[in-house]
Amino acid sequence: MSQPLFAQSAADLARRLRAREVSATEVAEAHLDRVSATDPQVGAFLTMPRDEVMADAAAAQAMLDRGEGGPLCGVPVGIKDNISTRGVATTCASKLLENYVPPFDATVIEKLRAQGIVCFGKTNLDEFAMGTSCENSAFQLTRNPWDLDRTPGGSSGGSAACVAAQQVPLSLGSDTGGSIRLPAALCGLVGFKPTYGRVSRYGLIAFGSSLDQIGPFGRTVEDVALLSEAISGYDHLDSTSLDRHPIQTNALKSGSLRGLKLAIPDQLMTDEIQPGVRATFESALDLLRKEGVEITPVSLPSIQYGVTTYYIIAPAEASSNLARFDGIRYGLRLEGEGHIGNVATTRGEGFGHEVKARIMIGTYVLSAGYYDAYYTRAQQVRALMVQEFESTYRDFDAVISPTSPSVAFRLGELKDNPMAMKLLDFCTIPANMGGFPSISIPAGLSDHLPVGLQLTGPIGDDERILQLAYALEQALPPTPSPAMG
Amino acid sequence: MPEYVLSVGMEVHAELLTQSKMFCRCPVAFGGEPNTRVCPVCLGLPGTLPVPNRRAIELVMKTALALNCTIARHSVFHRKNYFYPDLPKGYQVSQYGETNPIGYGGFLEIPTAEGGFKRIGIRRVHLEEDTGKLMHLPSGGSGIDYNRAGVPLMEIVTDFPPDIQSPDEAKEYLAQLRQILIYLGVCDGRLEEGSMRCEPNISVRPQGAEKLGTKTELKNLNSFRSVQLGVQFEMRRQIATLEQGGTILQETRGWNEANESSFAMRIKEEENDYRYFPCPDLIPMEFDDPFIDRVAQEIPELPLAKTRRYQDELGLNAYDAGLLISDQDWADFFEKAVTLGGNPKLVCNWMNSDFAKLLNESGQWVAGERERTRVTPTHLVELVKLIESNSISGKMGKEVFAEVFATGKNPQAIVDARGLSQVSDSAAIEAWVQEVLDAHPDVVESYRTGKQGVIGFLVGQVMKRSQGQANPALVQESMRKALEP
Repeated sequence: MSQPLFAQSAADLARRLRAREVSATEVAEAHLDRVSATDPQVGAFLTMPRDEVMADAAAAQAMLDRGEGGPLCGVPVGIKDNISTRGVATTCASKLLENYVPPFDATVIEKLRAQGIVCFGKTNLDEFAMGTSCENSAFQLTRNPWDLDRTPGGSSGGSAACVAAQQVPLSLGSDTGGSIRLPAALCGLVGFKPTYGRVSRYGLIAFGSSLDQIGPFGRTVEDVALLSEAISGYDHLDSTSLDRHPIQTNALKSGSLRGLKLAIPDQLMTDEIQPGVRATFESALDLLRKEGVEITPVSLPSIQYGVTTYYIIAPAEASSNLARFDGIRYGLRLEGEGHIGNVATTRGEGFGHEVKARIMIGTYVLSAGYYDAYYTRAQQVRALMVQEFESTYRDFDAVISPTSPSVAFRLGELKDNPMAMKLLDFCTIPANMGGFPSISIPAGLSDHLPVGLQLTGPIGDDERILQLAYALEQALPPTPSPAMG
Repeated sequence: MPEYVLSVGMEVHAELLTQSKMFCRCPVAFGGEPNTRVCPVCLGLPGTLPVPNRRAIELVMKTALALNCTIARHSVFHRKNYFYPDLPKGYQVSQYGETNPIGYGGFLEIPTAEGGFKRIGIRRVHLEEDTGKLMHLPSGGSGIDYNRAGVPLMEIVTDFPPDIQSPDEAKEYLAQLRQILIYLGVCDGRLEEGSMRCEPNISVRPQGAEKLGTKTELKNLNSFRSVQLGVQFEMRRQIATLEQGGTILQETRGWNEANESSFAMRIKEEENDYRYFPCPDLIPMEFDDPFIDRVAQEIPELPLAKTRRYQDELGLNAYDAGLLISDQDWADFFEKAVTLGGNPKLVCNWMNSDFAKLLNESGQWVAGERERTRVTPTHLVELVKLIESNSISGKMGKEVFAEVFATGKNPQAIVDARGLSQVSDSAAIEAWVQEVLDAHPDVVESYRTGKQGVIGFLVGQVMKRSQGQANPALVQESMRKALEP
């Protein structure tokens, strides 16, 4: 093992920790040093509470010493800053919550702590998870470790960048319309959105409640599977939580590609897909065909309305979810005229442009007189889309497509083109609409930048999707790490 | 001056008697230091999620069934969006729509002055969460107490157009409803404390006019009397305004208890747009027959049915029956006594006179949290039987009952111990009569000369000799016989 600690996979670190070859404190220190060395350029972390990290590491080591703790005991995990952490600021990258410190842990954080997994700082995001480039953060830019002039993608840009920059082996993000999978694709990582309800949302600051799902980033499918297992399972604090066991990893490596049937929707192979992305994706498909995978084009017509539908449902829910930020109980508070004046000033100054735009869209589509034309119709399209996917699953193991139509774009490149930015999610949105498990894995490089490949499966088939992703990962050429640091 | 018709729609909010709040485990109780019965969920902290209180759902269904409503098989919670400082999430979880509320399309019967019954249509019975309370601080400024925030609240709305057409009917509706809620054990019905709140919508229109007049909504009514007076005041005010050529403004008015008048609070320029939509954090409720049947079985005999039965089957008059059913424990006491063989009419008389008076004086009651009376239904039956069998006189009964009340001893035991047992032995009575006749020849003489009123004196003398134990009716009879020539 000549590799530095920070470059090792979570699975390797976990084995070495369990074997006492290395201590949790050493692992934490190595990663803190790596953050000190690289984060000034990358900008992945909003908060790095060193004392808490070292305390978590000491607690993890105590568990290891007693032979306790989960499979990832002692491994550091970056946390997207919209997941509530007791005693550590949770800002959603918004001025409105700049000084907000939750008095409770999200269920996923409780699970991490119970297993001795080290909560390793809070990562940057688009404000309230609304965006595709991390440029909507009120506090800082996050850069793509593959090319510091480019975006890591969003909204979980910090969680992607920190794993790509080897600051941590794993991180947690949240995915409402692609916010895990898209940055995973742009940063050459594995990013998984489990089935809706398989991971508790309790403590995740809501954006679009019917779409939001917490999930892991990692550099290998195995690492992602291990973290999925650690965070999943029924939670009585989340009524939408599924009454299922945690995601299992025992059969992860026993999948085979031979005879595997994958559907590729025509609607996800349009001209929007950059030629470089398409070429990389198709050469990956060629490799898979050689391994015996059967790949068949299908038509899922409602996918073309995915982005439009998403931009009705998600803002509608967001406009209501974000109504609680009125400056009365916590967070930013600014004075105006009277109560409504206070609220208007607080929200007017506290929210960034994109958040306000989405609140306005959401408010509009829920208004009396417009509700049926927009919200009701959008729910109908959503139901149709789910039907189309479900009937596809009857004949195929999973749906495959590129994750993102483009490689990482330059920071600022789409700043004035919000529509183009929003269209980047058209491959990822359907999985959120249906609550389907969906994973992005690296498919190769295009112009030295990573391209992602996405697999989406039926509700509850998280284990199967991870197993397929693992098999695909073994068949595809290994993705190098970005040449930084 | 034309005749006017009054229309009153009633909106009643009732806090449910659950142990915990609607969506979290905070206890439900009146009062308490501000913000001591709160948690992250009912404070609406970011990331928290609601978990519905199953008991609250059952209590609303129970009420809906008791009010003859149809039960929705599929019922969802909606978000009602508006900004107000007492509303922690910027929305209230409520229920919206004509056939979505847990119960809809029912009715309640109220007794009329003519001795009949009138049906008041119920449009909906739904479940929502209460808000916090704004408070003026002694130091100046305002504070918010969230202890009440999230308490399960049931809303009961009458039909439209309204069936209530007089201030008396408004009061009677509220009185009947309150009694039903108390019987069902769903609400304690404390109008003064605000656990039951009533907001009438009042309008008048000239006799014959089809369209309802402009309505005003009345708030701050915290007793039956204020509901009756408030509706009456509004009716007169509106008629006077129309008579003077004025127009009624659609507004919310407050009731001033002190000077018995209403005052304008705020004008309702247009209906607020609350942007209702299904709450994505809560899964829809599905109710099947076994569930509904189980809830239905919890419903006891309701007050109106009880009064009818007391009159039809037990021969009580409406007034007495009304007194008995005014409290469920009181009615239960009565029924137990009747089941034990007590004469209904006599038991009722004892309860509604001596027993009620003593309870009232002592502050005791037959059940519940107040000091419990020592009198049992068995005691009362025994007492009534002693009187019925002429073992003791009614007058002795009063003394015996007072002792039962004070000591909890059996009536028979008291009678035996005090030697109170009434003498009905004719030989003994005749002997006393003869003694009295012998002692008062002059009185006997005057009786025989026509002054028949003196018989009272002679009977009194016999009672005196018997130390009050002679059966007065037998003495009377025996004396009359002895005086006959």
